[in-house]
Amino acid sequence: MSLLKDAILSVTSQGDKAFIPYIMAGDGGLEKLKPTILKLQQLGVTAIEVGIPFTDPVADGPTIERAGERALANGTTLRKVVETLNSFADEITVPLVAMTYLNPILAYGVESFSAEAKAAGIRGVIVPDMPLEEREIIHPTLSDAGIDLVQLVSLTSTPERMERLTKASEGFIYAVTVNGITGARSSFANELEEHFKKIQSYTDTPVLAGFGISTPDQVKNFGAFCSGVIVGSKIVDSLVNEDWTTIEELVAAAKTAVV
Amino acid sequence: MTNEVKGRFGRFGGQFVPETLMTALQELDEAYDQLNEDSSFQDELRYYLKNYVGRETPLYFAERLTKEFGGAKIYLKREDLNHTGAHKINNALGQALLAKRMGKKRIVAETGAGQHGVATATACALLDLECIVYMGAEDVKRQALNVFRMELLGTKVVAVDKGSATLKDAVNEALRHWVTNVDDTHYILGSAMGPHPFPTIVRDFQRIIGDETKAQILEAEQRLPDAVVACIGGGSNSIGMFYPFVEDKEVALYGVEAAGKGIETGKHAAAINGGQTGVLHGAYMHLLQDENGFVQEAHSISAGLDYPGVGPEHSYLHDIGRATYVSATDEEAIEGVKLLCRTEGILPALESAHAISYASKLAKTMTPDEIIVICLSGRGDKDVHTISEALGGDLA
Ligand SMILES: Cc1ncc(COP(=O)(O)O)c(C=O)c1O
Repeated sequence: MSLLKDAILSVTSQGDKAFIPYIMAGDGGLEKLKPTILKLQQLGVTAIEVGIPFTDPVADGPTIERAGERALANGTTLRKVVETLNSFADEITVPLVAMTYLNPILAYGVESFSAEAKAAGIRGVIVPDMPLEEREIIHPTLSDAGIDLVQLVSLTSTPERMERLTKASEGFIYAVTVNGITGARSSFANELEEHFKKIQSYTDTPVLAGFGISTPDQVKNFGAFCSGVIVGSKIVDSLVNEDWTTIEELVAAAKTAVV
Repeated sequence: MTNEVKGRFGRFGGQFVPETLMTALQELDEAYDQLNEDSSFQDELRYYLKNYVGRETPLYFAERLTKEFGGAKIYLKREDLNHTGAHKINNALGQALLAKRMGKKRIVAETGAGQHGVATATACALLDLECIVYMGAEDVKRQALNVFRMELLGTKVVAVDKGSATLKDAVNEALRHWVTNVDDTHYILGSAMGPHPFPTIVRDFQRIIGDETKAQILEAEQRLPDAVVACIGGGSNSIGMFYPFVEDKEVALYGVEAAGKGIETGKHAAAINGGQTGVLHGAYMHLLQDENGFVQEAHSISAGLDYPGVGPEHSYLHDIGRATYVSATDEEAIEGVKLLCRTEGILPALESAHAISYASKLAKTMTPDEIIVICLSGRGDKDVHTISEALGGDLA
């Protein structure tokens, strides 16, 4: 049973699309984490991806990298994020997905991280620098704690890999829609549609699109191919500017994605 | 052999990279395996190493240095005499030829001291490949001469001002660039580190150092050395020197890490002696990090050793006790530079001077019929400003 998957399916079964905002924990201070999460869940997001800053974020684009630098300067660590989440865990009503590089988990201790993250409302983990082949280092322990390990599928993944990745991914499948992290989207809409169909053909786990989605139109366009979207940089920027209107528009676009 | 499971050295190594890179790494792995067995590739590489790089490099008996140390007999493996002034060209040329065979048009690389950048820029000029090199903004300042050399060679140098603005941040940017342009670009990683297959590829292209040394010492002394000593940045000159000797248990292997201002001060680059195991840049290895798993800045007077990790094969050789990892401070390295200049008329790179310094201590514990080979990984022309500054001069 996956709480994350259930949360997504309960949205898509209504004809809507899942919407997962990415936030950088500690950007603007850890004290902002609680009000941000509570407000996002009030807007009706499906789940929240909580980014953990790292000194060497090789998979992050410039906006999120800068947010990470600000969070690090504030003294944010994986441990402090888990503690902070834990302090209001009983008020969290949507599944949280932690996005963290591997080394902070190893330094935390895989066992203590899994137990404490679970208690803090973390239902899934995304580790951008840990491909499927290396996941044994944390997967069994996360599994025991009941935390999903979400795999990314990229445009460069071969069909053979795609099949293994989609079958292994828990909660949802994170389909990267750009080559690289700063690159412009290299495929056209119809190629992307094929790509998503292919991914979905291997599994009944929902497929969500992420990376480089920043407008309500893109939310709708991608929503047409898959179960929902993850929006990162645009949310991070909007939170810095306290521009909740933009965030509301993005969330709303997922609700009316299906015509 | 040290990597029984492909891509692993005991518990170290692996491929800790974003999914977007996995297909590229697999392609590289397959292409490399094929070329390894392709005699036309090996012939081509040999041709350039001989006629362009100037191999083989001498194994030079340093008589005055031997007297000065007052113990074991000292030989220097003269990688400083390679074209472009360091061992880095062995790998850069090998990988550039590999990229060409793979049909890649563009090269990306990182550089610390600028030696790998210059070597890569050189190989790219030779083989008509487009080249972009990422370099920490701090290093751009410290190694202005090498930046200029790269630009003359037609390479685009991009200063990286993120993080600590040194080698590790240059690797991050090079990885990002590769992720984004993976279709037509090969990443020439400069040391025996990073995700599989890089540590193996770089070792294989650098093992010529140890292979030649072995043949040369057998000819000169009719026996193997008692010890070999090499400095450790990412670990490429050292693994190149060590690897052919790993099975020869009578040869002691010493890797010299940069102790910077002293390991106890926290300002050093000694990943094995002063770090813990962790994951960075695609590999599980020894790493300078804090209790939160955040990577810490390395400190060394030599830009080429200023890296918080170490190649995974070294972590493994340390684990099994086959090689011994020691360290030398900034100050000791400067003494090593002065000593080699004065006794042998050779200006070593600051990196290599760490090996000289440790060898001076080791030699004294040995007898005159014992032999030490020091890997003189590069020449020190690039470091004259830094050395002058350290000696209180105002050349800088
Ligand atoms: C002359 C020289 N020696 C040693 C090194 C350290 O690298 P490695 O440990 O990969 O040999 C460098 C790196 O730039 C170098 O330029």
